[in-house]
Amino acid sequence: MLRKASSFPEEMLEHVLSFITSDKDRNAVSLVCKSWYEIERWCRKRIFVGNCYAVRPEMVIRRFPELRSVELKGKPHFADFDLVPDGWGGCVYPWIAALATAYPLLEEIKLKRMVVSDESLEVIAKSFKNFKVLVLSSCEGFSTDGLAAVAANCRNLRGLDLRESEVDDPSGQWLSRFPDSFTSLASLNISCLGAEVSFSALERLVGRCPDLKTLRLNHAVPLDKLANLLRGAPQLVELGTGAYSAELQPDVFSNLAGAFSGCKELRSLSGFWNVFPGYLPAVYPVCSGLTSLNLRDANIQGADLIKLVSQCRSLQRLWVLDYIEDIGLEELAACCKDLTELRVFPSDPYGAEPNVSLTERGLVSVSEGCPKLQSVLYFCRQMTNAALVTIAKNSPRMTCFRLCIIEPRAPDYQTLQPLDLGFGAIVENCKDLRRLSLSGLLTDRVFEYIGTYAKKLEMLSVAFAGDSDLGLHHVLSGCEKLCKLEIRDCPFGDNALLANAAKLETMRSLWMSSCSVSFRACKLLGQKMPRLNVEVIDERGPPDLRPENCPVEKLYIYRTIAGPRFDMPGFVWTMNGDSV
Amino acid sequence: MEFERDLHLDATELRLGLPGTATKQSSEKQKPNSNLAKSNKRSLPDMNEESAGSSRENSRTVSSNDKKSHDQETAPPIKAQVVGWPPIRSYRKNCLQAKKLEAEAAGLYVKVSMDGAPYLRKIDLKVYKGYPELLKALEEMFKFKAGKYSEREGYNGSKHVPTYEDKDGDWMLVGDVPWDMFISSCKRLRIMKESEARGLGCAV
Repeated sequence: MLRKASSFPEEMLEHVLSFITSDKDRNAVSLVCKSWYEIERWCRKRIFVGNCYAVRPEMVIRRFPELRSVELKGKPHFADFDLVPDGWGGCVYPWIAALATAYPLLEEIKLKRMVVSDESLEVIAKSFKNFKVLVLSSCEGFSTDGLAAVAANCRNLRGLDLRESEVDDPSGQWLSRFPDSFTSLASLNISCLGAEVSFSALERLVGRCPDLKTLRLNHAVPLDKLANLLRGAPQLVELGTGAYSAELQPDVFSNLAGAFSGCKELRSLSGFWNVFPGYLPAVYPVCSGLTSLNLRDANIQGADLIKLVSQCRSLQRLWVLDYIEDIGLEELAACCKDLTELRVFPSDPYGAEPNVSLTERGLVSVSEGCPKLQSVLYFCRQMTNAALVTIAKNSPRMTCFRLCIIEPRAPDYQTLQPLDLGFGAIVENCKDLRRLSLSGLLTDRVFEYIGTYAKKLEMLSVAFAGDSDLGLHHVLSGCEKLCKLEIRDCPFGDNALLANAAKLETMRSLWMSSCSVSFRACKLLGQKMPRLNVEVIDERGPPDLRPENCPVEKLYIYRTIAGPRFDMPGFVWTMNGDSV
Repeated sequence: MEFERDLHLDATELRLGLPGTATKQSSEKQKPNSNLAKSNKRSLPDMNEESAGSSRENSRTVSSNDKKSHDQETAPPIKAQVVGWPPIRSYRKNCLQAKKLEAEAAGLYVKVSMDGAPYLRKIDLKVYKGYPELLKALEEMFKFKAGKYSEREGYNGSKHVPTYEDKDGDWMLVGDVPWDMFISSCKRLRIMKESEARGLGCAV
């Protein structure tokens, strides 16, 4: 007698699923069986699409009818460094148009490296009555007109975050478009805006939004007005100042210091353009409570910088320019025992000579003094294998390690050897490493280490490294969890790529520029792998006008269920299908 | 598999082994591609990342002495800027670049430090017509008095003395050489405490 297997009532499973929010877990749930797939898709509220061309909006809408939050990423990461020509793609409009029809109750849209037009912003502003959060990270293509539409129409807006975006801003008046009755703002990040915003509108807005926790200003907000804003929002948790300089006047200073003292909840500081050091002590009252300090744009140097940082004993995240030098990093290591993330940026990246005394020693000090260190981005001009080995031993919990030695192919400056052993130690000791960026002189050997040990690695960035296809083969065949691989200026060619073609379907994307992959290999790959989009980017003109074995300029390969895209500009060719 | 045939994988013999041994064989067999593997600069003909430095040349020979000669290794040691390197965000790059170019095009900027002051300043020497103007500006900037300069006794009667580092790396007293010679040889300025400056202005 067949007995129907007892199963949970759907409502119970739905209830259980409401506690499962991580994308990975949700995806796993959907694979258990058909009924779980169905139940899960009807109650999924948020979706993350890591590559907007991997799927068509209609497919997302068909599968997930009840979404409230959509997150999309567009251009490949190397677009940040000018390697992706303008006009490449990543336009969000088709998505916005589709979402507008399908999800009138949509609340959140988060976009990264996408081209967002004013028209898209207008559609967002008018289509979603309950719209709450808009995050435009490293986006471009819109102006303050689009922002004005959002301000004027999104009555329940809680967050507007324009981090790192490029905005055409002819008018600073868009902020005034928030109606006087609008009081729901909790987060505002306008740090990327070039022009002034209307200060009085800003002050009124800040004053009437009691839930405002995050306020990142742009450099045009003058220091002498900052105190007004702070007094209007003493509940702030995250603050980005504007320009941090003014003529030193005792009353301005004491006003500012008093205002900072009133912000008892402040945990994160950023901004600090054009610092006049005389005003730095105004922030000292909040330093002991800070967990995050971003001085990436701050021209503070020497003793001023060290004094500021060393007062932030609770610091977990520090972003700073290399003005901090080895000596400052030693102090950091002594004072900030909770540090988990350090980013040191170059103050003079194109100078031929070092302008500061920042070497491998600084990073070693931090690894010695900060046992919780997990994430590092470090620009420097010299490195040794010994230092990397030490860092690896000191920081076995490292999950993200990005080292940029400014001179390409720079060897260990003491032994003149490649840095293979040093990075090998990193991947061998840091067993949870998810992200790695290499630099310096590196042979195929480093890739052998990576393929052997970096079993949790998800993203790898490679430049000016390796000797042969063997290097690429080690990575593609060894790194089981590899999701994104980006390579520039390496002698990798056809063989490793074609031999590991199946691997590419298990990854989000592969970028190769200034390598040695031939047009012929690209065509082959495109023809044989229908679930990959193989796109050649070549500004020299059509690749079939050159010999087949000629290397392509740039190659972007990504898995997709959407087929070849329709919006390619003239310098991008798809290798899929018969058209090749 | 079909495309494996096209590849002649047996000919390329991909296998794990010490770098250098496998590559030598595969690079010899991939004759048509070998030039491509080495001249990955084809698409960027005016770009050359190599820079001078015998140490780098040595290290490359140490790690690749069994490879065929590369175009790269014989390239002249010109330092050119590589697109997208170092990997910093483009709009930030524009900011930094613009500031640098502005400064360099406009004037003759030198750093000025004063003993006891917590930070440096930068001034444009081209702006001043002579020593009196320069000294006045420094006095205002750092709130001190330089005193009266005389060739024989240097700066008399002041707690602070303006000095500069010249092209040879020597510390000189500001005012000793003609103005034009000064602005062409001055690398940076330092306002020393009078006690430290002794020995600098004395007639020899």
